[in-house]
Amino acid sequence: MSSRKSKSNNLIHAECLSQVQRILRERFCHQSSHSNLFGVQVQYKHLIELLKRTAIHGESNSVLIIGPRGSGKTMELMQIEEVNENVLQVHLNGLLQINDKIALKEITRQLNLENVVDDKVFGSFAENLSFLLEALKKGNRSSSCPVIFILDEFDLFAHHKNQTLLYTLFDISQAAQTPVAVIGLTCRLDILELLEKRVKSRFSHRQIHLMNSFGFPQYLKIFKEQLSLPAEFPDKLFAEKWNENIQCLSEDRSIREVLQKHFNVSKNLRSLHMLLMLALNRVTSSHPFMTAADLMEASQLCSMDSKANIVHGLSVLEICLIIAMKHLNDIYEEEPFNFQMVYNEFQKFVQRKAHSIYNFEKPVVMKAFEHLQQLELIKPMERTSLNAQKEYQLMKLLLDNTQIMNALQKYPNCPTDVRQWATSSLSWL
Amino acid sequence: MASYTTRLKTRQTYSWVGRPLLDRKLHYQTYNEMCVKIEGCSTQIHIQVGQFVLIAGDCEQYPYVAKLIELFEDDSEPYSKKRARVQWCVRFCEVPVRKQHLLGRKPAAQEIFWYDYPACDGNINAEAIIGPVRVVALAPDEAIPVDLKNEKTLFMKLSWNEKKFRPLSPELLANLDKLRESSPRCQKPVGTKTRSIESLPWTTAEQVVRSIESRHSASKSCQTPTHSVTPRARKRLELNSLGLPRTPDSSTSRQNACASLGSPGRTKRKVAFSEVTSPCKRPQPDELQTSSPALKSPCTKDNKKCSPECHMTLRTRVPVLKATEITEHKTLSPISGGRKSLVVSDVVLKPENIKKRKVEEPEAQNEATSTPHRVNRKSSTLALNRIRQQLQFLGNNKNEQEEEEFLPAAEISDSSREEEEVSTPPFSRAHSSVPRSRCSSMKSSFQTPSKTPKKTPKRRTPCQVTPQIRSRSLAAQEPASALEEARLRLHVSAVPESLPCREREFQDIYNFVESKLLDRTGGCMYISGVPGTGKTATVHEVTRCLQQAAQANDVPPFQYVEVNGMKLTEPHQVYVQILQKLTGQKATANHAAQLLAKRFCTRGSPQETTVLLVDELDLLWTQKQDVMYNLFDWPTHKEARLVVLTIANTMDLPERIMMNRVASRLGLTRMSFQPYTHSQLQQILMSRLKHVKVFEDDAIQLVARKVAALSGDARRCLDICRRATEICELSPQKPDSPGLVTVAHLMEAVDEMFSSSYITAIKNSSVLEQGFLRAILAEFRRTGLEEATFQQVYSQHVVLCRMEGLPYPTMSETMVCSRLGSCRLLLVEPSRNDLLLRVRLNVSQDDVLYALKEE
Repeated sequence: MSSRKSKSNNLIHAECLSQVQRILRERFCHQSSHSNLFGVQVQYKHLIELLKRTAIHGESNSVLIIGPRGSGKTMELMQIEEVNENVLQVHLNGLLQINDKIALKEITRQLNLENVVDDKVFGSFAENLSFLLEALKKGNRSSSCPVIFILDEFDLFAHHKNQTLLYTLFDISQAAQTPVAVIGLTCRLDILELLEKRVKSRFSHRQIHLMNSFGFPQYLKIFKEQLSLPAEFPDKLFAEKWNENIQCLSEDRSIREVLQKHFNVSKNLRSLHMLLMLALNRVTSSHPFMTAADLMEASQLCSMDSKANIVHGLSVLEICLIIAMKHLNDIYEEEPFNFQMVYNEFQKFVQRKAHSIYNFEKPVVMKAFEHLQQLELIKPMERTSLNAQKEYQLMKLLLDNTQIMNALQKYPNCPTDVRQWATSSLSWL
Repeated sequence: MASYTTRLKTRQTYSWVGRPLLDRKLHYQTYNEMCVKIEGCSTQIHIQVGQFVLIAGDCEQYPYVAKLIELFEDDSEPYSKKRARVQWCVRFCEVPVRKQHLLGRKPAAQEIFWYDYPACDGNINAEAIIGPVRVVALAPDEAIPVDLKNEKTLFMKLSWNEKKFRPLSPELLANLDKLRESSPRCQKPVGTKTRSIESLPWTTAEQVVRSIESRHSASKSCQTPTHSVTPRARKRLELNSLGLPRTPDSSTSRQNACASLGSPGRTKRKVAFSEVTSPCKRPQPDELQTSSPALKSPCTKDNKKCSPECHMTLRTRVPVLKATEITEHKTLSPISGGRKSLVVSDVVLKPENIKKRKVEEPEAQNEATSTPHRVNRKSSTLALNRIRQQLQFLGNNKNEQEEEEFLPAAEISDSSREEEEVSTPPFSRAHSSVPRSRCSSMKSSFQTPSKTPKKTPKRRTPCQVTPQIRSRSLAAQEPASALEEARLRLHVSAVPESLPCREREFQDIYNFVESKLLDRTGGCMYISGVPGTGKTATVHEVTRCLQQAAQANDVPPFQYVEVNGMKLTEPHQVYVQILQKLTGQKATANHAAQLLAKRFCTRGSPQETTVLLVDELDLLWTQKQDVMYNLFDWPTHKEARLVVLTIANTMDLPERIMMNRVASRLGLTRMSFQPYTHSQLQQILMSRLKHVKVFEDDAIQLVARKVAALSGDARRCLDICRRATEICELSPQKPDSPGLVTVAHLMEAVDEMFSSSYITAIKNSSVLEQGFLRAILAEFRRTGLEEATFQQVYSQHVVLCRMEGLPYPTMSETMVCSRLGSCRLLLVEPSRNDLLLRVRLNVSQDDVLYALKEE
């Protein structure tokens, strides 16, 4: 009886959990427009007022939203539904519209101008440009529908030839034509220096900075909000329990430490999402509530050194080669080395220790060396000619001393003499 | 109206005398003499080329005077195949009132002036010629005889070129004297002429003295030069006017309507003009109808709507034969009204023309070979005249025979129409005068809208449907508060009534362009100045003023074309743009260049001056500099009449990037716009904010000084003020404050726009990022270089962390480096270099230290 009850309990839990996972993963992965804005209320108000004036009064504007990656630039723009019904929106992305020609076609497409020209096959770049200019010139403040141009990765548009598109857009925003609002999104702080002087003069110099300017208490609040279940969750009982657990977690000291560490590394909300996602994946029906251990594990995963992980998987011979390179680096002060030098260094170690187990043929060592190169732990120097013999091609090590030592500490079954050799090149003396 | 009927009663038959001369180059047949037969009085007036003639105008007392240069037959004209080319003379009353004082004396009663204005179209309907007149040319020292034996003799002493009166040139004088004395044949017509003129009613009849004003307006519009009017254009316009007597009412109402429309766009104005004319004229005849709404509201829709109604009623009233004419009229009316229907009506019109020609004028078949294409060539016509005079005697007899054969047919059709006229209500009489389309109506009606047919092809092609953004669903709100009003005025797009602080530059450019327009030459001007100093705005203002002046006839009309180097995809596209804006043609860049070169470089194509504004000139630079070369080379051609205004930012652009041959053609007419000083900026702001008190005076001064110190860019100034009004609006108001924009608001706006954001960015970065920046500073200090590899910085970072007892970060975490790089706080190499990538600071070390120390 009791076992059956627990089984049905488990079933309910499994159902709830799958729903929890779905809701939370959606929240972490998609930029939902419903999440609250943190620390950007002032900027948001500035933007929304601006767009309202464009939509309602037909005033042309231009503005740049500047902030580091993951600071919520796009998210802020997704919240401008208030003015949606009265405007046309054109979304461009500098990574997609890599030149003005493509951008113009995209604008024309999004403005539905093709309908006006019924069957016209889109011709040359020049025709498109004059076509669009004509279209925008036609309008005036009071009668035409305002157009909002949203240029994501704005800095990439500044690299287009002559900045024709930017000049055109900003010129329209400064002329008595169709009302437009040009919104640029970028993470570059020096964006104004990229603009050509005439383009710059036409830009209104409005900048909205999004700087992640919140402190740790707010970060903790965000953490709580991101994990709590909404009120409309079907299983109220479970939701209550889950939220209670989250509340407990946020007050836990170890969790706070984890979060503090994470916060110190990056204030980016995306990295928090990543952390929470990893923790969420550990939640199963047998382990229905998130614990501090889950988060700590996730945090460790997040902060892991990827190169050290690679080193853990290397063979002893490859480790030996890396150690030889480290010694060479120490001796010659970061000068590049070639295979022959590494081999000689390795031979010295082998001969001194006289361990026949490490006594490999030269081609075998060469193979190991090449494997290291494929793993990009060593990198050939750029200037060396390619027709140089493989043995004499100059290389550089892409591992830091501390990294090597840390990796060796954790390396499973590392021979003692190799470890000793690593600490000092003279240990065999 | 009364004099009109009498004139129509005396039918005149026009026929050629002498054998036609086929001008191979011009493809039409020219004649040397014309015979006018007046019905009822059996006299014949012979009019010869070279004589002075009277031409029916809208004022019967003072018909126009002109010298006949050429008589020819033009098949492309539907009604008046007999054409004449004349050199106009003007009476004193035809000189614009404002310019009459230029004469400096009281004009003699019989004085006329040689109209030295080549742009004026001399191509008229030969049937508008009333008869010859005696004109005596006087040398500058001769006095005008006061005691007039013969009232009909006119005297010419000066020439009038729309600008000033000049004495007749000696060659012209000699030419005229010779003409007067040489041919004895000439005397005879003069003698008959006096008789014939006296027999005509308008000289004897008591005339209602028309007000000077109406005459003035008419003469003014007459003098508006028209050129390169294609035959088809004239035809359409002729029909438009329909030969209705132009009462002062209609003309003034038309002008009023035009003025009220007052749109600056040239094309628009023209279209509007023709829209207005037709409704004004058409409803007049059928007084029974209540189609007067068209008259009151001259808009396209009304016009279209009422036209079918008119059509219906008219048909029922008039006889069948009449109907063809009226239907034609009706089909034409949409031409003037709606531009979209142009294509359709054009198609309808053509077959009717052909049919009509076949029915009425069978002789047209003989001369069907002549093409409507015609070019004005004075030199050739002069030479031809001489040859023609000699040949005339030879072919006289034969030709007259031929003509007698044809004449009856023409007369029959004429008279039959006449009979109907009498039977029909008065309005049809007006219509019936269409085929003979008097010069006055033709001249006065087609002069101004002459552009319409030329421009309309642009709209005709279906592929060039003008694109448009859809109109808004909610109406735009008008500014409600003073702040909103001020914001609207402060927007850069708001066009001020005048441009303060650029009066001198405005005057210079205006004078330059005006002088070129008046002299009918071309030229280049180079305008430089940093962005936002009002270069383009000033040039726009100049063209606006000049267009107004052209409308008022102070300067010859001109075409204005504007291209912007920044809005071109490629320098050679400039040809395409110019060609399209000039003629509406579409062509590839190479072809357009050829067409333009042909247009500007070949001689003898009479055309109005083109004013070309080339904005952002430096973008037109090419390796071979052929685009710039062409732009500056065209104006140097004599016939080009091209004024090129170029705008760029740098003062020394011609020296820096242009080849010698290009710079040389650009010439030395240069102008540079200095950045605005603070007082000028203040003045600009004040002028925009006139009558709206939203700024404290100190605030305006502050922003003017700030901007003047930074760049002198007026756009910046306006933007800052606009932003300040927003800040003011959002900031909590104290109840007792007047709600003005204060210095504090402006300072906030200025800071927002100009303060560097690097320091805030560093302050808001994460602890790790700040530590990394610190490590960079330490590494720089250690090596004494401004550059370090990532590995060096990392090891420094680890050391620093150890010193502060922090857990040091792993290598992967330290890739914050790329994050800082994407913000451009650091300048980094592409990250594939991994440990070896070089790192530099993009901010000064002091700034970083300052930002890091704050906490």
